[in-house]
Amino acid sequence: MRIYAAFVYIFLYLPIGVIALFSFNAGRHASQLQGFSTQWYGKALNNPFVMDALQTSLIVALVSATCASVFGTMAAVALQGIRGPLRTTFDLLIYVAVMIPGIVIGIATLIGLVTLFDQLNPVLAAIWPSGTPPQFSMGYGSLIAAHTLFTMALVIIIIRARLAGMDRALAEASSDLYATPMGTFRQVTLPLIFPAILAGFLLSFTFSFDDFIIAFFVAGSETTLPIYVFSSIRRGVTPEINAIGTLVLAASLILLVTAQVLLRSGRRRG
Amino acid sequence: MTQRSRNLLLLAPAGAWFLVMLVIPLTVVLIFSFGERGAAGGYVPAFTLDQYANLPARWAAFKNTLILAPAGTLASLLIAYPLAYYLAVRADPRWKTVLLVLVIVPFWTSILIRSYAWIFLLGGRGIPALLAAIGIEDVRLINTPFAVLIGIVYGYLPLMVFPIFVNLDRLDKRLLEASSDLGASPWRTFLQVTLPMSLPGIATGCLLVFILLMGEFLIPAILGGGKVFFVGNALVDLFLQSRNWAFGSAVAATLVILMLVTVTAYMRLIRRLGAQREDVALM
Repeated sequence: MRIYAAFVYIFLYLPIGVIALFSFNAGRHASQLQGFSTQWYGKALNNPFVMDALQTSLIVALVSATCASVFGTMAAVALQGIRGPLRTTFDLLIYVAVMIPGIVIGIATLIGLVTLFDQLNPVLAAIWPSGTPPQFSMGYGSLIAAHTLFTMALVIIIIRARLAGMDRALAEASSDLYATPMGTFRQVTLPLIFPAILAGFLLSFTFSFDDFIIAFFVAGSETTLPIYVFSSIRRGVTPEINAIGTLVLAASLILLVTAQVLLRSGRRRG
Repeated sequence: MTQRSRNLLLLAPAGAWFLVMLVIPLTVVLIFSFGERGAAGGYVPAFTLDQYANLPARWAAFKNTLILAPAGTLASLLIAYPLAYYLAVRADPRWKTVLLVLVIVPFWTSILIRSYAWIFLLGGRGIPALLAAIGIEDVRLINTPFAVLIGIVYGYLPLMVFPIFVNLDRLDKRLLEASSDLGASPWRTFLQVTLPMSLPGIATGCLLVFILLMGEFLIPAILGGGKVFFVGNALVDLFLQSRNWAFGSAVAATLVILMLVTVTAYMRLIRRLGAQREDVALM
């Protein structure tokens, strides 16, 4: 049993390890190790395409994770006090958002938004007072909106689980002691669910940063880091991609461990 | 402000988001699937079933998906189960959490980079080169269904291990002792106690992996090299290369319907198996 488990762990971590190992390879060839070097990291970080893609990815991940955390928390708190058809509708929407394959979300967003923009752009041009009117097009906006959709559903699920585990008596006690609803939220509910919100934010950030398939459809003329990596892979394995991959994996690992620690500390206090 | 109106206000942004980014786009896909292709690509409004009638043109993609998604699910299950069992029943309790986290963490990192790692290992200079060194020549791994299966198991193993682990971890270990006290061999205990009691975990794990695999694009794109392609790959081709939105929408709609049908049938089957088990338990 033990040996079997060891094999599975090797299976899980060997490929990652190989990439990390070869990212420090001095030689250009992928097959043999020729001494230690960090030159590929330098190459990757000085490549303007990589840095552009990284910047796009970071902006999209930051904004969409922020939107998802704020709107998701608001919705999760509100859903706690709602019954009936509205609640059922939201439950269904959250379920659909999580269950529908990412590729279908990507396609639907692409043709949905393009159709919508085709309707809106002439209207905008007609009512624009002077000069060339701005045009709606795919890019940062559609990337952020599409990532926010999925991650918001994720945040709602995480926060509702946290709220469900929370002692309702605390909020009731607070309102019995004449705290306003806002006061109760700020002083009782928010501190209790804050670790869950932060964990939701970090998971959303990781999801957005790593997402390829939705971005592939809705990015327009923008390039995110996964899109850059995907198109480079098609041209073959390079040490530079190994370096980028190692950095991306390391960054996600740090975020994940932080999210885990936060969720745990929240549980212990709650 | 009443509590109800405050709640509605809090729900408004999320509701608007779901409407504009989910409900409307999915409706557009459904409408487009009954339309026609424009001369320069894109979509021309119409009401026809032509796109659905044309589905056999992409039969190979559907066939591959319907074979490799269940096969990948089964392979993941076979590899995940012993590990979940080890973690839940055998592993040192002090290390349990760490070992479990080590399984889960890769799932939350970039599947793109993790699949890319296998190009490295399965490509000509990886495992085939090692095999050639010990005398097994001319093994081709990359761009085969086998490579795609490895990628699938590698990518989705954590998702399979977790629910089975949770299930086995909650299992009352005294039941296993009782079974062996009553003279059952370890195998018999496993087959008649452990395995039936872990069916809900198996069912959840298989469902999660299967759903994700039905919409898979990256793993076949990276490890199948255009030879092994899923419906996801056909969709990318239809929307981004040939710009045939009407037909693409019909393929996407069919994929979602196919998922709903298989998942519903699967849930029914699981429920029936569960009910049967209770009958046996009652006897």
